[in-house]
Amino acid sequence: MGIFEAILLTVITAATPLVLAAIGELVTERSGVLNLGVEGMMVMGAACAFIATQQTGSPYVGILAGIASGALFSLLFGFLTLTLVANQVATGLALTILGLGVSGMIGESYVGQSGIKLPQIVFPILSDIPFLGPLLFRQDLIFYLSIALVAGVHWFLFRSRAGLKLRSVGDSHSSAHALGINVIRTRYLAVMFGGACAGLAGAQLSLVYTPQWAENMSAGRGWIALALVVFASWRPWRIVAGGYLFGAVSISQLYAQAFGIGIPSQFLSALPYLATIVVLILISHNRRMTLINTPAALGKAFVPDR
Amino acid sequence: MKKILFALATTAAVIGFSAAASAADKAKICFVYVGSKTDGGWTQAHDLGRQELEKALGDKIETQFLENVPEGPDAERAIERLARSGCGLIFTTSFGFMDATVKIAAKFPDVKFEHATGYKTAPNLATYNSRFYEGRYIQGQIAAKISQKGVAGYIASFPIPEVVMGINSFVTGARSINPDFKIKVVWANTWFDPGKEADAAKALIDQGVDVLTQHTDTTAPMQVAAERGIKAFGQASDMIKAGPETQLTAIVDTWGAYYIKRTQAFIDGKWETTSSWDGLKDGILTMAPYTNMPDDVKALAEATQKKIESGELKPFTGPLKKQDGSEWLAAGVSSDDGTLLGINFYVEGVDDKLPQ
Repeated sequence: MGIFEAILLTVITAATPLVLAAIGELVTERSGVLNLGVEGMMVMGAACAFIATQQTGSPYVGILAGIASGALFSLLFGFLTLTLVANQVATGLALTILGLGVSGMIGESYVGQSGIKLPQIVFPILSDIPFLGPLLFRQDLIFYLSIALVAGVHWFLFRSRAGLKLRSVGDSHSSAHALGINVIRTRYLAVMFGGACAGLAGAQLSLVYTPQWAENMSAGRGWIALALVVFASWRPWRIVAGGYLFGAVSISQLYAQAFGIGIPSQFLSALPYLATIVVLILISHNRRMTLINTPAALGKAFVPDR
Repeated sequence: MKKILFALATTAAVIGFSAAASAADKAKICFVYVGSKTDGGWTQAHDLGRQELEKALGDKIETQFLENVPEGPDAERAIERLARSGCGLIFTTSFGFMDATVKIAAKFPDVKFEHATGYKTAPNLATYNSRFYEGRYIQGQIAAKISQKGVAGYIASFPIPEVVMGINSFVTGARSINPDFKIKVVWANTWFDPGKEADAAKALIDQGVDVLTQHTDTTAPMQVAAERGIKAFGQASDMIKAGPETQLTAIVDTWGAYYIKRTQAFIDGKWETTSSWDGLKDGILTMAPYTNMPDDVKALAEATQKKIESGELKPFTGPLKKQDGSEWLAAGVSSDDGTLLGINFYVEGVDDKLPQ
């Protein structure tokens, strides 16, 4: 295995949780809801996935537990912001704080345990393709899911009727309501999808990336995922581009260090964030494109007239 | 984010204190932690020390702690709250609490303070530290014996003297066995991020190191080493659970004895400002069992440990050259503590440019 291949493998592992959490948040935001609790849902998913895996011995049960816990946790956010019409920004932040605290508490006795790594699924024949085979066809289930989810979300949003409805809710909830679309139900489902994806991203952290549980192990990846959604200007495939770009920059700087390239490591560590800022500047330069893609009702509460 | 969390925590803690304060006339010994007490590394080691202290002197004292206290202005508030709530002796257990501790110590002359790994003292502020580098010298020797390729990987956190000292000690130990030994360093620029630490480990292993050591807090690098089938060293706590067939040994921080000694002095009214920097011989630092290595390497490690404990061997003793080839220590000369505590250069054999 060449060094280039090794780097790409590491990049894939690092980018997958970002892509997963971001694709979920993208759907949530496309419905007009801003959920800043991604970090909290992700870390809850990581804790629950790890605990379930340790209890049952099966990482696949762990994946389900991660998805379920993320979705359930997001339901709390949904209830507060959609039913009780609480402020979305404040509730999202609270969700992150709560998630970090609760996951630390339920995971306390699991700290230091060695986990079970999610096995690879090897596609016969395809995996023997030189270079691409090991990269794309010798991965774990969560990686395949991440790509399938992006494709699925793209199809759903831009090719299906339900996706059109979801986007209309996100652009103008009053108009959608007038057309007879159930705004609150649509948003509940979108929020839960976001939570499930964040939970799955968390499961990737505690079952694939580093098969262990440590308090606060998401270490800010939820916030990066949030930035990625803006970075991708709410377009699904750009999430993949952004996530892998971010992963590539942050991983290659580690390899560059080990190689002994004399660039200050603090600068290299800041590179991924610099890249994000540069892209954001480039994107916001084109105001019309930004306006077309941004959900117009993002973050605005909806109270139906009775 | 952490700040809001912390504000809530402090409020809760203060309510807790006011309820407890009237009930207690035992001396109150308090601790400020930078991380969670179950982090499996640095903070957990301090908390084990606190538990030992409770076990030893529980009839005369009670202990209290605040965890996840961020370094910076919040630390000041946390320490002040503790001082106001009747703590007699306060241990602040992270380098980044230094200035906050100094400030609060000046405000509360009747309360005693102890700051870990810092260098600023006052009449009511002592410092304490551990000679972790002694353990790293032994690790270096083991690495030189175990490594087939003569290259070790080193995952570092931040370029502060404490970490640079560790790297230098490791290399010096390794080169006492194999004069051509080299290490590759990757700066993770974090103390705690399992994912990033694992990535750093992969980057090093992919580039051919066959033994790994770390100066970051999680067991993720140990796990990666286990997966890739190379050997590694644990940090701050015994990490054998993360790599039963991987860990060679670990530097284990054992603060308990120090906490008991200082608290006893405090109760007896004999507490004085000191700058304590103890090592292997004082038991403030121990080595996890030497495992996964041939018997002769184990014997060598044990012999070196004995020599360091008896004072016969000082890791930083000449002839030693700096990275650029200029002389640092002449033959037979040992470095003084002041130089070590402010060290900002590499010794020969480090394949990296020190971030300044």
